[in-house]
Amino acid sequence: MDWSWESAANSVPLLLEGLLVTVEITLLASVVAYALGLVFALIRRTGIPVLSQAVLLFIEFVRSTPLLIQVFVLYYVIQPVGGMTLSPFTTGVIALGVHYATYAAEVYRAGIEAVPKGQWEATTALNLPRSRVWTAVVLPQAVPRVLPALGNYTISMFKETPLLLAIGVVDVLARAKEVGADTFRVTEPYTLAGVLFLLVSLPASILVRRLERRAAHS
Amino acid sequence: MPPTVDSPMIRFSQVVKSYGDHVVLRDLDFTVAPGEFVSLIGPSGSGKTTILRLLMTLEKLDGGTIEVCGDYLSHMKRGEKLVPADEKYLREARKRIGMVFQQFNLFPNMNVLRNITEAPIHSLGLSRDEAEARAVELLEMVGLTDKKDEHPTRLSGGQQQRVAIARALAMRPDVLLLDEVTSALDPELVADVLRVLREIATSTDITILCVTHEMQFARDVSDRVMMFDQGQVLEDATPDKLFNDPEHDRTRRFLKAVIDRA
Repeated sequence: MDWSWESAANSVPLLLEGLLVTVEITLLASVVAYALGLVFALIRRTGIPVLSQAVLLFIEFVRSTPLLIQVFVLYYVIQPVGGMTLSPFTTGVIALGVHYATYAAEVYRAGIEAVPKGQWEATTALNLPRSRVWTAVVLPQAVPRVLPALGNYTISMFKETPLLLAIGVVDVLARAKEVGADTFRVTEPYTLAGVLFLLVSLPASILVRRLERRAAHS
Repeated sequence: MPPTVDSPMIRFSQVVKSYGDHVVLRDLDFTVAPGEFVSLIGPSGSGKTTILRLLMTLEKLDGGTIEVCGDYLSHMKRGEKLVPADEKYLREARKRIGMVFQQFNLFPNMNVLRNITEAPIHSLGLSRDEAEARAVELLEMVGLTDKKDEHPTRLSGGQQQRVAIARALAMRPDVLLLDEVTSALDPELVADVLRVLREIATSTDITILCVTHEMQFARDVSDRVMMFDQGQVLEDATPDKLFNDPEHDRTRRFLKAVIDRA
């Protein structure tokens, strides 16, 4: 194989710039997914008529269609129709965040259901207000248990960000493509792009596994 | 204290409760006087725990009415009509009642002190200082002052149950419901819990309903014992009478079975 260390080294600064964008999108989309997922789960749980069904329908719809199509629709259809001009970066954060929120909702649901019935009964016996039942008793027990699962979704999101190349987000992969076009050498930038993904997701996976073990112990 | 029929603390009138086809309580009537300690005994499935769960509003009844302190518990008056109570009404009605569970049900994410102060602060509106002072007093009574910063998971079952008793008392209920509170404990831990309950029974004027299989305890502390069978009161007497000279053969057989097992 024809491999040039010099060309590899030259592509590193640009690739790192791209990696920063990838990580930023992943973290911001995670925040959206975690927060919105919890809202979805709570709406489903409280069973508010119409709203609850609407959320269920939305969740099923988002999960049953490919992320790439959702990204395209959000960027090329919904935005122009709604008269919005969001950057590719923001669009990417929203698309990934909302997509994964539908999965996070399921994770939260399972976590909430795992809180023993006796805990709910104790809150009734103590006459705790609804808000305290959730914020002081149920969520503090449910959320730590689901952190590993949420962490895994963050890693998945990280690996899916290159999809946003399609709407012009300049992430690692886009930078690799750019380097390839400039230097007519593709082996080095694409290989390094893959290595960079590995360097981030591998330690992240180890961290999540450690979280899992701690959750299992407590 | 003799039961005063005029102004009972608790009154069950024609209470019906069923799960699907299975009728747990059928047309149940009884009253409990203020300050009385009443033990509910009987075979499992006879409806004893269901009575406590109805009083704690953990279950909805299917017929009849329950009154606590002269006010309806499960129903509220709308004009002249009785309608099922809404959540707001229940929140008010529940203030009079506290419950200790077989499985303790302490909050594992809070330390002992917060387990006890959480509801007084957020349900009764006490200040943190007031609630903590009250909690420390109660921990002293149950003999666990040194555990106030521990997490429940680090305590023995008997210690957890004593914290749960303190937690229920911190709400200053008029009625305390004890649901087989020693059944989940190792035998050597039962004595400490019973000692605490004895103290509550003698030193406070709380009305207590106690579902238990601890016959010696029931005999010692109860003002009255009710023997349940198939969702109805089979026998309702002083402990002396019920344990020494029961009216029904069914009661005799039940007591013999329990004593033989122990």
